[in-house]
Amino acid sequence: MRIKTQTKGRIRRELDKRAPKLVETGKKTLILHGTKTSSVLNSVLTEIYHLKKGNSIKYSRKNDKIRPFESGGEASLEFFSLKTDCSLFVFGSHSKKRPNNLVLGRTYDHHIYDLVEVGIENFRSMESFSYDKKLAPQIGSKPFFAFIGEAFESVDELKHLKEVLLDLFRGEVVTNLNLAGLDRVYVCTAVSSNKIFFSHCALRLKKSGTVVPRMELVEVGPSMDMVVRRHRHPDDSLRKEAMKTAPELTKKKVKNVVKDDIQGKLGKIYIPDQKVGDMPLTNNVKGLKEERREAKMKGEDSKPTPKKQKQDAE
Amino acid sequence: MAETQYEVDLGNLLAFDAHHQFASPPSSREEIVKEALEQGTKLVQAVADALFNLPSTEDLEGPIVKLPAPTSKLPREKPLPKPRPPTKWEVFAQKKGIQKRNKEKLVFDEQTGSWKRRHGYDRVNDDNDIPIIEAKATDEPGTDPFAERRKEKKSKVEKQEKNRLHNLKQAQKAGALPSHIQLAATSLPITGTQTMPKKVSKDLATKCCWNGSNFNSQRWKIRQEIAWRKTPKHEKKYRKFLPAVEGSGMGDMERQQTEKVLNKLISKNSHEILNVEKAVNMYNVKREKRQRKQGGGQSSSSSKFKPNKKSFKKTSHKGSSSNKGKSK
Repeated sequence: MRIKTQTKGRIRRELDKRAPKLVETGKKTLILHGTKTSSVLNSVLTEIYHLKKGNSIKYSRKNDKIRPFESGGEASLEFFSLKTDCSLFVFGSHSKKRPNNLVLGRTYDHHIYDLVEVGIENFRSMESFSYDKKLAPQIGSKPFFAFIGEAFESVDELKHLKEVLLDLFRGEVVTNLNLAGLDRVYVCTAVSSNKIFFSHCALRLKKSGTVVPRMELVEVGPSMDMVVRRHRHPDDSLRKEAMKTAPELTKKKVKNVVKDDIQGKLGKIYIPDQKVGDMPLTNNVKGLKEERREAKMKGEDSKPTPKKQKQDAE
Repeated sequence: MAETQYEVDLGNLLAFDAHHQFASPPSSREEIVKEALEQGTKLVQAVADALFNLPSTEDLEGPIVKLPAPTSKLPREKPLPKPRPPTKWEVFAQKKGIQKRNKEKLVFDEQTGSWKRRHGYDRVNDDNDIPIIEAKATDEPGTDPFAERRKEKKSKVEKQEKNRLHNLKQAQKAGALPSHIQLAATSLPITGTQTMPKKVSKDLATKCCWNGSNFNSQRWKIRQEIAWRKTPKHEKKYRKFLPAVEGSGMGDMERQQTEKVLNKLISKNSHEILNVEKAVNMYNVKREKRQRKQGGGQSSSSSKFKPNKKSFKKTSHKGSSSNKGKSK
């Protein structure tokens, strides 16, 4: 057996970055297209790439062998996901049967987890919107999400699409957020049971009387209608495994411990009642020695009985 | 409209309105857009209300707020990492209660009276710098103490490598090998019983045409072919040639070969290497056979030789017993 390591520290650090972590940082996206694309689809893909500039990779060549919904056609996607360390992908293709087709997919451990196929209609690109340039959202800012419509809850496909869109545009999960840097919203409205209106807007925070500013939405980004065509749910067992969280993150509650500001850490100890009556008494209880001695003192007038001598058999 | 209708997930800055319905079926696209923006504004306002009411700390760039964890769970992208099993040293240290102590990079060197680094160029206690090693009472004369020290260091390093390999193997068993390390086998395992799974080669596959009448016969033929190919055949090599250039550690093979030949020669011509018991048994067996042939009447009990520990001359006809040298 031989230990193989990379000699360059830079490569080692890169490999460690790609290793599975207990708490995960942001997912990367791979944007690519199939055999044939339309101009609409091309602009959709580039705009999604610009929206996610810091954490996405866009491939420019066409990929013939990729068919996400067929069993053999996923191998290429999985290989790319492994090489680029991307767990989300956006695959665009155009055909007569499915015009302006976009497949949004996720991978778990570089294998396909789930897929949603969506058709793009009524696309308006970023350039077509005119607005005050100062409002333009910064790259990498954390977005707000607004989902409107009961269909997102009732219809299975839209529920799935909601989850995938959230995953796609969410960015990193952070604990500390700078309130001055909030400047974008993704608005998704369920127009019918299989069609949603998706739009990207900039936020303008206006002064109001209270601490909370008044929000104003200005359409800046791409807006399109998404028609859900096909989708594939993950396997139940795979889903269960993917949804596992780190066991140490569940905080253990320590009972009977209280932190006091003045005295510090205080603990309560509960002692069970002593069962005095049930205790067994032994013969050699030291307390009885006193009693015996006292008894002896009292009975001193009566002569102590002489010790009986052993009488030999005569 | 009460804002509690919206489901707000602060960790994701998400607001979901599950009760919205378009009042009238949307006639034109602009209406949809307008409605969407209106509703969107309301939802975002709801999230912002909750957000700005969180306790915030002032920073140079703006107020910083601690976000709660997101409520809507999303799947992981990679499986959970498995915890690494403790190494042999870690187990020992825990048992003994040894605490980890970080060493400083600079150590005071008494010899020069200066601070030298612990590892690297011009280090403290460098092995190569020692000019004189005093002989101890336990030292054997003729041993080189410098070479001894070098050997000791080498053995320590090898032991450490062995331990490291063992620890990594344990980690691999638990599925927790570090991501920049791979364990590779240095040589292929000797597959005595396990044969590598062979795929049906192209020529076999093209041989059969499995249609209709000849299906069974073809199938049988293919089976035979496969069985024949699987039988272990003698490797065509009948002679072993040693490599021309003696590599490191290869010198032994030549010595072994010559030793073997030498032993064979000596054993043929030396009578000291004689298995006396075996020789006597062989003689006895032959005698019995002869007696049985001649006549059953005669008693065969009598003169059976018992093996005497004295060395006899070789009586068997095997080999050329050239009576060179010593006679009894």
